[in-house]
Amino acid sequence: MLQNSAHDAPGRREVVSFKVAEQDFCIDIGVVREIRGWTPTTVLPHAQDYVKGVVNLRGSVVAVVDLSARLGFGPTVPEARHIIIIVMIGDQTIGLLADVVSDILTIDDTSMRQVPDIASEIARDFISSVVTFEDGHMLRKIDLSRVLPELGAELA
Amino acid sequence: MSIRILAVDDSPTMRGLIGAALTPSGFDVRFAEDGIDGLERLPEADPDLVITDINMPRLDGFGVIEGVRSDPTYGSLPVLVLTTESGEELKTRARKAGATGWIVKPFDDARLVSVINRVLGV
Amino acid sequence: MSGLDELRISFFQECEDLLDSLGEGLRAMSDLAAAGNVDDDIETVHAVFRAVHSIKGGAGAFGLDDLVTFAHLFETVLDEMRGGKVGITVDAMHVLLRAGDMLSDLVACARDGVTPDCERMGQLLAELDALVDGAGGGIDDAPFEFVPTIVSVEAIETIDIVEVAPETGLGASNYSIRFAPKGELYGTGNEPLALFRALQQLGDLTVQADVESVPLLSDFDPSEPRLRWTLTLATEATREEIEAVFEFVADVAELGIEALPDPGKRPDGGDTPQDRTHADAAPLRDKAQPFSGDPPPAADIDETHATEATSEPAADEPQAGLPEPARSAGPGSPSATPSSAAAPATIRVNLDRVDRLINLIGELVIMEAMLSQAIESAGLASDSDVSNGLDGIKQLASGIQESVMAIRAQPLKPVFQRMHRIIREAADATGKQVRLVTVGETTEVDKTVIERLVDPLTHMIRNSVDHGLEDAAGRAASGKPETGTITLSAAHRSGRVIIEVSDDGAGINRERVRRIAEDKGLVAPGTALTAGEIDNLLFTPGFSSKDEVSALSGRGVGLDVVRREIQALGGRVTIQSAAGEGTTFTIALPLTLAVLEGMLVEFGGEMMVLPLSAILETLRPSSATIHAIGRTGRVVANRGELIPIIDLADAFGVAEPGEPEERDVLLLVECEAGRRAALAVDVIHDQRQVVIKSLEENYGVIPGISAATILGDGRIALIVDPEEIIASAGLDTATPQLAANE
Repeated sequence: MLQNSAHDAPGRREVVSFKVAEQDFCIDIGVVREIRGWTPTTVLPHAQDYVKGVVNLRGSVVAVVDLSARLGFGPTVPEARHIIIIVMIGDQTIGLLADVVSDILTIDDTSMRQVPDIASEIARDFISSVVTFEDGHMLRKIDLSRVLPELGAELA
Repeated sequence: MSIRILAVDDSPTMRGLIGAALTPSGFDVRFAEDGIDGLERLPEADPDLVITDINMPRLDGFGVIEGVRSDPTYGSLPVLVLTTESGEELKTRARKAGATGWIVKPFDDARLVSVINRVLGV
Repeated sequence: MSGLDELRISFFQECEDLLDSLGEGLRAMSDLAAAGNVDDDIETVHAVFRAVHSIKGGAGAFGLDDLVTFAHLFETVLDEMRGGKVGITVDAMHVLLRAGDMLSDLVACARDGVTPDCERMGQLLAELDALVDGAGGGIDDAPFEFVPTIVSVEAIETIDIVEVAPETGLGASNYSIRFAPKGELYGTGNEPLALFRALQQLGDLTVQADVESVPLLSDFDPSEPRLRWTLTLATEATREEIEAVFEFVADVAELGIEALPDPGKRPDGGDTPQDRTHADAAPLRDKAQPFSGDPPPAADIDETHATEATSEPAADEPQAGLPEPARSAGPGSPSATPSSAAAPATIRVNLDRVDRLINLIGELVIMEAMLSQAIESAGLASDSDVSNGLDGIKQLASGIQESVMAIRAQPLKPVFQRMHRIIREAADATGKQVRLVTVGETTEVDKTVIERLVDPLTHMIRNSVDHGLEDAAGRAASGKPETGTITLSAAHRSGRVIIEVSDDGAGINRERVRRIAEDKGLVAPGTALTAGEIDNLLFTPGFSSKDEVSALSGRGVGLDVVRREIQALGGRVTIQSAAGEGTTFTIALPLTLAVLEGMLVEFGGEMMVLPLSAILETLRPSSATIHAIGRTGRVVANRGELIPIIDLADAFGVAEPGEPEERDVLLLVECEAGRRAALAVDVIHDQRQVVIKSLEENYGVIPGISAATILGDGRIALIVDPEEIIASAGLDTATPQLAANE
């Protein structure tokens, strides 16, 4: 739902692409509020292992989701090169911990593919579609509503 | 120059209603919050007409009329009494005090404007 | 939003204030009635009358018919009271107090668009009517219409529209109007010229001054105007419309309106002697330009004494359109002295704006702390210009913070005043005689706290009437006055607001409480419980000291809910009771929800804040006073009491692996149920005021954590909820279900 809400030109959309565990992912640019460098988080007790903690975003307390852990690649050991993508989903502001941002891309809806029915990977649960490029590399589009349900439904 | 009205009423709602009724018709409405305030504001507001409520703290509407009438500068200013009472007794009292006329709340905007225009002869 | 909608909103805001002063005034009248000296304070009756009157006035403007109907009769009774026709008796005041409640409900119904309780309204209208009838007065000799949907006739009859469109199809009629002002007319601010102009709006007007009766100057008596006019008006307007023009002068002038037989014909002067007047018969409209606003028609009359006759009484009359300097600005207002000091000016501000400001100040405080740390780490001398400048900013920031908090602070008075009604209703429902005494209602608390206090206080008050006070017979038997007293008091005490609800009832029957708790399985039979622990059972979910659900404090709401609501406000409730003397509930609340006085502690590498209000004392016990119980349990002996130790790092699961030594810096805390625990940490840093930040907004609830705050270095520290920590540690043996529920 969320990634279909882009109201740009029909058939085309802008996405922010980034790397997690050496793979390319993207999300709609519309939900991205800002991208900031890694700053140490404050650990939240009793939180899921993929919740890195909370950071101070200009006075608001924002939880940071470790995408690597969430997608099943294992926890990130954050360093200065890591980034936090601040996204706004409904009324909630969430930070996504990722590797470097690669680019902002415009992609054609026609280039979007169903996720191949191959793996039993955890990651597949969080990917809504894939985009392939002529040079052979592939973008995995993250379904934010799936990345975050435990935050929204269980705890909010 | 627009016609200036001094509206004396202790109720902010009524002041708002008076303003809403008169301002669109081009009146310049000034407000006072009770009788004392009304008389004190006379020189500063320098109105062409005074509208006053009757029941107010500190000094009531009759006091306002008497105050205006005894003022050397504003003694003959038209003073309209705005009140929810419609009894003859009240009109008589207001008239004795020197009221020019009366408007009974709730008033109709057009009626208020027309009464003022009539009293001022515009 | 349209202007009218805004006015409507402001009307309801005004109603709140009016209802407050109404309630206050009615209570004052009631007290005086009881004491038998009502005449002492007639000003109160006036004030009450004005409040009802203003509500009626506004309600009429917005077409709130029920409200107008009710307020009208209410006002009538008050008017008769201030006129001495209806006695201000205890019984009458009983009716008026309930009428005040009804009026308040009607305002709420009108505001929310809800249908009021017509039956109750009819009942009260009848009672009010009876008060007036009882005085032999009667209202307009007719029983009042009790159907609330019918608008008071008086309220609508007054909207007589003057601007009726001229009836079409009827040709113009000619009217001859004789107009002879009496002397009084000139003392009322009415002005013949203005009337003529108004007539002119209706059609073609011809004005003729009749100066025949004007005396010579030597005989002139200014108080007796002799100038008369004969006017001819060719108009399509009706006679009623013409009469309406003279509405305000009917009693101060002789007026005759006659329809002329020949409509088509233009009147031309008639038979008035032309040699005595220069006012010709030309239509006034032609002259409208030259004398727009300036000389009265009399000035056109070249007859000295006539001019004076008309203009004398209005010599200084300011005219519309007269240039500013032409008027002397003498104040000359009569020397009426204010009967009361003017209230300080206030504005109403949307709460969102204040909250935004508070958030910004919070940011400022954080930024300032961060800057302070940056200066420190840059190694600048403490007396450097930068440091001094920062100190100045710090002082300003804290000054601003205090001022902004003060904006949100409101006196508890409105809440306390609402409790009078709760008492009345509770007394009626239980048949007990109750009196409410309020103390310290000017005590100020954060606005949000005030709003959220209404429900718990309401419940506590009902509980006190229902369960705390004995009935009249019971009180008499124990030698107490039949009327029970409930005291509601508020005061600031050491940075908190303390609110007490106390009754002078029989006190808690602890045997009975214990029995009920045992029956309901809330405590194991025979458990050793102190008096305080038994009292605290009242706050246990599932406890209700009446076997049957009481009509009053029943409704499935127990004191446990009260406690939860108070806790949600960062406060706590405690209870004290003495047999035969009564019971007191004490609520301790933070002054504001936005900042918290806390202690910064560190454990397992994490910094967290503990609310200072929960901390009884800090301990650094020698190892001799700490005892192990079982494999992991530890207790500390403190003043003859064994207090369980809770390691916060363990409780939050943040203990660093392989950490052998046991934390021995202890913070002694107490939870609502009176249970104590010692929270173990590594280091106590300092005590500070922290800005509370919501975690739930962007994340959710974390057990044992109430909120977060931002430290000087910009990092977030969590704020510990000791209550929950104790509960989840399973120490609360007396109320095990608390832990389960949370």
